[in-house]
Amino acid sequence: MPLEIPKDKWPGSVRAVTIGAASADGGTRSKSITIGGQTTLPYLHFEAPTPNQPVVGIEIKSRRPEDWSTLLNEPWGDVMDDPAAWAKKAEEAGAGLLVLGLTLADSPEDAVKAVKSVLAASGLPLVVWGPGQAEKDNELLVPVAEAAKGERLVLGICEDKNYRTIVATAMANGHLVQARTPMDVNLSKQLNILISDMGMPKDRIIMDPTTGALGYGIEYGYSVMQRLRLAALQGDAMTQFPMLVTPGYEAWKTKEAKVGEGVPETWGDWKTRAVNWETYTALALIESGADIVVLRHPESVARVKAAIAELVTA
Amino acid sequence: MALSGIQIYKLLPQTNCKECGFPTCLAFAMKLAAKQVELSSCPYVSEESKKQLAESAAPPIRLVALKGAGAEVKAGNEVVMFRHEKTFYNKPGLFIHVKASDPDLAAKVAAADAYKVNYVGMDFTVDGFALVLDSDAAAAIQTVRGATKRPLILIGDAAALQAGLSACGGETPLLYAADASNADALAELAKGKAALTVKADSLEALADLTQKIQAKGVEDMVLDLGGKNLSEWLTRSTQVRRLALKANFRALGYPVIAFPCDAQDEGIAAAQAIAKYAGFIVLSEFKPELLYPLLVLRENIYTDPQKPIQVQPGVYEINQPKPESPVLVTTNFSITYFSVANEVEGSGLPAWLVVTDAEGMSVLTAWAAGKFDAERIAKAIKGFDVASKVAKKRVVLPGHVAVLSGELEAELPDWEIRVGPREAVDLPAFMKQALN
Repeated sequence: MPLEIPKDKWPGSVRAVTIGAASADGGTRSKSITIGGQTTLPYLHFEAPTPNQPVVGIEIKSRRPEDWSTLLNEPWGDVMDDPAAWAKKAEEAGAGLLVLGLTLADSPEDAVKAVKSVLAASGLPLVVWGPGQAEKDNELLVPVAEAAKGERLVLGICEDKNYRTIVATAMANGHLVQARTPMDVNLSKQLNILISDMGMPKDRIIMDPTTGALGYGIEYGYSVMQRLRLAALQGDAMTQFPMLVTPGYEAWKTKEAKVGEGVPETWGDWKTRAVNWETYTALALIESGADIVVLRHPESVARVKAAIAELVTA
Repeated sequence: MALSGIQIYKLLPQTNCKECGFPTCLAFAMKLAAKQVELSSCPYVSEESKKQLAESAAPPIRLVALKGAGAEVKAGNEVVMFRHEKTFYNKPGLFIHVKASDPDLAAKVAAADAYKVNYVGMDFTVDGFALVLDSDAAAAIQTVRGATKRPLILIGDAAALQAGLSACGGETPLLYAADASNADALAELAKGKAALTVKADSLEALADLTQKIQAKGVEDMVLDLGGKNLSEWLTRSTQVRRLALKANFRALGYPVIAFPCDAQDEGIAAAQAIAKYAGFIVLSEFKPELLYPLLVLRENIYTDPQKPIQVQPGVYEINQPKPESPVLVTTNFSITYFSVANEVEGSGLPAWLVVTDAEGMSVLTAWAAGKFDAERIAKAIKGFDVASKVAKKRVVLPGHVAVLSGELEAELPDWEIRVGPREAVDLPAFMKQALN
């Protein structure tokens, strides 16, 4: 019998946002990437094509992280001591963009040096995160933004505590911001409004609604992202930004991923379980609308990329 | 068109006999209108009313229950596209693929059947087995039944399914699968005894087939949507769900079965099936490292958004605490518990973590709602007999509820009350510096 499939027609759409500037646009990236632009829910090709693929980013650090799972030492090894070498290896592992995390131990000079070395080592678009303490973030990100003027970096993490300084330097130096709020639709909107009110162009904002890993709050992140995307499609301008989430960070701090000994046997093989934890967290978030997922393990990267390739095929 | 609760009420006996499990006929009518119960729960409804109500009272996605030898798994009866709109109700059953011809059949089934993994106080298991009848069906089922009571999906041709079904007396297995070539024979076989999987190359053909099979008297059907990759499967699963929920399209108003075991990346396909509307999921083999994350994802997706996951109130031991280790207090909202437990665990410092019953709210929310006050904290400390575990009666309150310390001193006069940091992330430093 003939079927009439119910189709949604949405008044709104997600803004397309471009990260990284090639030389023609005043930067040094070998290519830029564009995310967003959706006019319907994720991968429903019978309603509308997927204009831009989601991107898998790999997280690297300015110095060897001391609190990462030892499982992550296996694939990365010595390059963890050198952000430039790490960046190259991450690019070889299939990263679509790089996320460089600065640390509390970095001075502004260290931060600038690390960012410059990564920019020199790899042509991928770059996201730079401060260490996550508002004051220190400002201290490091401002000189970084100035030193990398015109590269269209994404500066993070821009929160209600420090958005003014980061937005100001992003505007002055041609960068983007990653606007993070803790798993709440209204808080997301509110921060986007504050950032827009400072005069930040709307095609230079990426939302980070925060998420949790499997078993550690993913259901909140998942639903908040679905609601934000629905709001965007319904025409709410202050939610019409692409979304970046960090399943790598979240999954690798869980006991299930981090710990191999003294855990229940019913959790199964440590390494496979850990990679699964990261991979499934990322997959679920991609299904709920993530435009960038930031991962840590190269096997997760390969698996999530393969899944994306299937999902974007009409 | 669906009837309203009041319209349905008029067709009910209106005797408030309570046998349906609801206090009044009106309450039952409201549940019927919300498609949360089946009309068959009312023993006294007239044939005439039944006929009138049948169309409007049936849930848009039929509830299909598979029964084993003492265990059951249900799928269907879902009412929303997105979990935040209400909730998802029936978690998709996870089935393990096994073969009748496998010489290790008994051992494989026994190992998977025994699997039990604990997640915040809940025990998760596999739900059943998908048995390929590629050798003596009756013997294989006897072997399987020697190792598990869980429901079965039987996979094979008509002859094998017939043999398998007659060996499953008193159970309701799921037969796999009816297509255009064997629909009549399998419908005859399944009628009244089993649920029947239906498969076709397109949704149109699938709808034709389910109608044909329903006309033969089979009510419990499950749809195999095919789909060669993640994208196709997502599209079809979304379309079927929408047709059922938004267009009340009965011919596809059945649960869906997914076979990640045939996918490129089994775990990824299973994760998508969990998030995107599968009712039954068949996995290639029993592997805890695959199963455990999927079980947790399923629990998360099917958690009622209005009722956050709670952890069992009690005293949790972190890093093998000793009597001199500090006592920390928090609420039983799972995310709160995890934040605190993870930080302390990661620091390697031992502690007793007292989780109070705050009805699943975070510290600040629970405090504002009066669910995390001095009285409740004192009750937990006394109720769990924390004093018997520790050498030093000293308890650390979350910084956000510093205001409670005076009242708590009054409630627990022989305890020292300390105010800890506001955020869990600062706990290890606090424990190192302030608690010596």
